[in-house]
Amino acid sequence: MHVPFLARNARILLPLLSLVAILLAVFWLQPRAMSYVGLNLLLNLALPIAFATIAQMFVITVNDLDLALGAYVGFVACVGATWLTEQPLLGIAALAGGILTYAAVGALIHLRSVPSIVVTLGMSFVWLGLAILVLPTPGGKAPDWLRALMTWKTPFVPFTIYALLGLAMVVHFGLMRSAHGTVLRGVGGNPRAVERAGWSLLKAKMIMFTFAGLFGMLSGLSLVGLTTSGDANIALRYTLLSIAGVILGGGEFTGGRISPVGAVIGAMTLTLAGSFLSFLRLNPDWQIGAQGAILILVLALRVVLNRAEVRGR
Amino acid sequence: MQMRNEHNVLIHLDGIEKSFGAVRALTHVSLDVLSGACLGLVGHNGAGKSTLMNILAGTLSTSAGNIVVSGDDVSERYGAIAANRLGIRCVFQELSLCPNLSVAENARIMHPTLRGIGWRRRAAGLIRGKLDAIFPGHDVDPSQFVGDLSIARRQMVEIARAFSSTDTPVRLVILDEPTSSLDGVLAGQLLAFVRNFVAGGGAVIFISHLLNEILTTADRIVVMRDGGIVADRAARNFTRVTLVESMGSVAREQARREPRSATDAAELKISAATAAQDDAITLIANRGEVIGLAGLGGHGQTNMLVRIFQGQRKAQAGVLVSGSTAMVAGDRQTDGLFPLWSIRDNSTISSLTRLTKGGLIDPRAEIRMGDHWKQKIGIRTPNMANPILSLSGGNQQKVLFARALGSDADIILMDDPMRGVDIGTKQEVYGMLRQEASAGRTFLWYTTEIDELQHCDRVYVFRNGRIVGKLSGDAITEERVLHFSFEAAG
Repeated sequence: MHVPFLARNARILLPLLSLVAILLAVFWLQPRAMSYVGLNLLLNLALPIAFATIAQMFVITVNDLDLALGAYVGFVACVGATWLTEQPLLGIAALAGGILTYAAVGALIHLRSVPSIVVTLGMSFVWLGLAILVLPTPGGKAPDWLRALMTWKTPFVPFTIYALLGLAMVVHFGLMRSAHGTVLRGVGGNPRAVERAGWSLLKAKMIMFTFAGLFGMLSGLSLVGLTTSGDANIALRYTLLSIAGVILGGGEFTGGRISPVGAVIGAMTLTLAGSFLSFLRLNPDWQIGAQGAILILVLALRVVLNRAEVRGR
Repeated sequence: MQMRNEHNVLIHLDGIEKSFGAVRALTHVSLDVLSGACLGLVGHNGAGKSTLMNILAGTLSTSAGNIVVSGDDVSERYGAIAANRLGIRCVFQELSLCPNLSVAENARIMHPTLRGIGWRRRAAGLIRGKLDAIFPGHDVDPSQFVGDLSIARRQMVEIARAFSSTDTPVRLVILDEPTSSLDGVLAGQLLAFVRNFVAGGGAVIFISHLLNEILTTADRIVVMRDGGIVADRAARNFTRVTLVESMGSVAREQARREPRSATDAAELKISAATAAQDDAITLIANRGEVIGLAGLGGHGQTNMLVRIFQGQRKAQAGVLVSGSTAMVAGDRQTDGLFPLWSIRDNSTISSLTRLTKGGLIDPRAEIRMGDHWKQKIGIRTPNMANPILSLSGGNQQKVLFARALGSDADIILMDDPMRGVDIGTKQEVYGMLRQEASAGRTFLWYTTEIDELQHCDRVYVFRNGRIVGKLSGDAITEERVLHFSFEAAG
């Protein structure tokens, strides 16, 4: 039986519709957002969140969860606002060390078969402590090149949109379309089968955690480029935001079912949901709760659609 | 005409041994696999077939013995990758496809060389070609996700993938119960393809519990029992009857339990039909009886126990239960134990409502009950407060028995409880069963070990979710059970 394109990509449809709906709602409330400057203001914080979401997605692909991501992004932001500006070599070494640590965490989780949430929860305190050691009080200064990049005036639409598109495409081709990405996703689906076919699960886990470290680093750097200064607590929300973004984008916690394009869309939706609620002039005290309500609404819709699909079969 | 000369011996296994802890799964197995022939492999559950095939596929290592492939001793460096490189493929009983990947992507997992530009197209072509060759007229699209396919289609994909080749030719395919989820037409297509593949010089090892399939498809049949090979002859020298005979032992000491005195008034405790409903045979259990549920593993026995267990709480069609039930789980790790609790907590959990004082658990009553059962069934531990995982497997199982027997249930359902239990413990439990049965309890006992059926008053044999045979008294023999387990429908 031939499967039509839409049916095969149903997973991406709901996130896309949610994004369009929330974007339309924002434009309706605030027509001035429909401009170059408006879009830039709306979406520029989406880029660090999207990087973090992609980082989390790599970990979720192999049935793990990274609870250290927010603290790690904060650590990178602190390094970016201090060492990377003052002593670039030390800064680069620290960032590389961070990525290597992620690979080691992946290896530890596989070799000792400890639950990833335990290891990464522990690591979150390590990253937070390191961040405070690097930058005890909020401050510092982002490197000029980073600020220049993040405030780059690109033609037609803001830089953020190009970057989001590029991110989605690169990860989509790397993980969803490439031959090696397929094996890595297979590890999430049926690790024993992949092992029986002669692939190393240890390598697969280490690769996925390395990518998580890499994209987490990009998240921290883009964040510090936008805010121009660092703070150890700057990104603690990112841990849960990134998980929500993956799930909102059509991913699932287990079984290697993920969608990079969806994850980027999920991150954008989450960012826009915040702006949407501000435009509604909702009391800030209620905003977090309202954001949660939007999340529950979308996920509930997804469950309903999935059930309908199962029944229709 | 097959001659066993050096040329067509593809794989020579010599003195293969495999132990899992104290359990010897394979004892000195030697076997030749010939190119251009289909080897049928039969045996009862636990005979060692799957272990042997896992060793051939490289997913289990041997404890001792040599593996020689095409005259090369590869025992030292044998593993999944080596097997794949040598063209040895295996279709495992529990399927090994990734449900989150498409059919074509699953082909890629098997073939390291499917990569670079256009690999998706090549993978799709490869798997579609094999599906067309084996199952003409199939309707599987390579871009479908495996998770969206029915079980039968998944099986087809897995089989097609095993026969597909890129750089190395496929030389041996092991099919472990490949037809279990295929309908008659598809199974026929597969068997025809197997004959074709063999005629082209390939080798196939074919495991099935459908003796007709084995007898018509295999050139040679090997029978395994208790981790060893007990017969190895050309298929034409076997008939269904001789095959069944060689799977069981001919002469065996009969340790029969005393027949119950006929004066006992039969008090009906359970009457249950299988979910299929159209059976001629209904399972009947009276007070004080030990009833065996036999047949090959996974043919509906556990479902029956669960139906009866639920039938006591909520009416189930065709199930009548009078009395309370308790279940002894076979799969300790997933269904039975609370791994973080102490031995005592594990044994008293079913009886807590009777161990309370003023709405709270009375610790002294709990200790009394724990110590009572420690004495009674001999749980080997210095202290019942020790963690449950400090016990050996057999003693953990005893705790589960204590939990069921300690409750006030008068019907005990046992789901293959003796898996991985040592012989000494087994004997103790058998004694306990007899004692409890004569005290008026009823036991329903699903077991894959035919010896244990000797302890039953009556045995029901299951096949494909139905009760196909009923044996009682002296008629409970290995041969009769095997006969019912393997007989083709009708």
